[in-house]
Amino acid sequence: MRNRFWHAGALSLVFLFLLGCAAVDTVTTVATEVGVATGQISRQQGESIKKSSKAVAKSLEDFTPEQEYYIGRTVGAVVLDKYRPLANTKANNYLNVLGQTLAQASDVPELFNGYRFLVLDSEDINAFATPGGHVFITRGLIRCCKTEDALAAVVAHEIGHIQLRHGMKAIEKARMTEALTILAQEGAKSFGSQEVAQLTNAFGGVISDITNTMINNGYSRAYEYQADGIAVTILRRAGYDPGALVEMLEVMAGRIKPGGSDFAKTHPSPEKRIAELKESGKYVAGGRTPQVRTQRFVSAMSRL
Amino acid sequence: MDRVRFVTICLSLLTLLLMSAAADAQKVMSIQVKEGHLRATPSHLGKIVARVSYGDRVSVAEERGDWRWVSLSRKTQGWIHNSALTSKQIVLKAGQRDVATSVSGGEIALAGKGFNKEVENQYRQGNRNLDYAWIDRMEAFKVSPSQVEQFMAAGRLQPREEGGKP
Repeated sequence: MRNRFWHAGALSLVFLFLLGCAAVDTVTTVATEVGVATGQISRQQGESIKKSSKAVAKSLEDFTPEQEYYIGRTVGAVVLDKYRPLANTKANNYLNVLGQTLAQASDVPELFNGYRFLVLDSEDINAFATPGGHVFITRGLIRCCKTEDALAAVVAHEIGHIQLRHGMKAIEKARMTEALTILAQEGAKSFGSQEVAQLTNAFGGVISDITNTMINNGYSRAYEYQADGIAVTILRRAGYDPGALVEMLEVMAGRIKPGGSDFAKTHPSPEKRIAELKESGKYVAGGRTPQVRTQRFVSAMSRL
Repeated sequence: MDRVRFVTICLSLLTLLLMSAAADAQKVMSIQVKEGHLRATPSHLGKIVARVSYGDRVSVAEERGDWRWVSLSRKTQGWIHNSALTSKQIVLKAGQRDVATSVSGGEIALAGKGFNKEVENQYRQGNRNLDYAWIDRMEAFKVSPSQVEQFMAAGRLQPREEGGKP
């Protein structure tokens, strides 16, 4: 009996020590192992303790960049179900070099499969960025840009959404727990067909959460203002005119149609976005793009 | 006897923990991008001196801003941006010994598992309206570092700073 008491005391001491120097997850596992080894708790109890502590720890970080890439591919395919791609090699090549230049100036220049950009053949004013690094911009939105710097502002805003993981944050909490619970089961074994079916189901849920937010409802205003903030930072870092965002928003204000199903529905108005930039001290007036950049922009996008 | 066994278990677990702390000090990290480039200088414009791939374990010897000087082997060394690195160990096949015996699932990521090609294919069977042809075409667009360099020079773009804190 005395022996038992000594065990329990020592066990709590060890537990406290571990708590001080390791992640909770590790602590639980190690402490549980000690408990099992010394007969304080059964193997079965140990397993369930480990499982429940792991369920609590599930978060966005548990999705690997590789999984985000696959989520991004399908989100992109859903975007392309709504909007036709523009098969204009010159415009797409130009957009990709511009986008790559901007991505390098972001805080997340490296994605699992890098950044890719595509022009969409639509008069709508719209743009999308998937968690996998696929960025889509409509002709209508490119027409709101008078200079390369203005287009850079549009692209940098989309990169901002990727950097801040806004797409992934649109996944409903319950869905995330469900998906990550299935993902966690695969630790020691390969997947059978039943698990693949379960996973595919969860995958479909994740895709509809993201595309519903991105295409239909829009992110929160706060997310849009955050992406604008990142855009100004990226423009400045890359050597572009940081005022180009305001320059573009001013043109957009004159073109956007109230009641439309594009930015008019999913984004705060251009006026509000400009006001927010002023409020947060990020406002800079535009109009400082050198001629050489405006010329190549016009040349690449002239046929749009 | 029971007490001896208990003390031994505790001590060995503590040793393990301290060893993992020591390993942390050396900072072994994994490449979390499909293809990574190691560069001669800590910049995206730095010359590419070696290539690394998904799951490669590299040791970090120096940090400068968001850049890390890493080595995979004596020949494969150079600078890489920290967004290409993770502290998780990436295991290339499920069911490997180290997965089963690892302390915590949170420290391990399984390559090619979870939401993967297989799940995408399964999903596509149920959503035949979706066309991935343009996603594949889009992913085939490649921009070389020299293209970016020329684009910047021709556009008189003088970067103030790169990603992260300089």
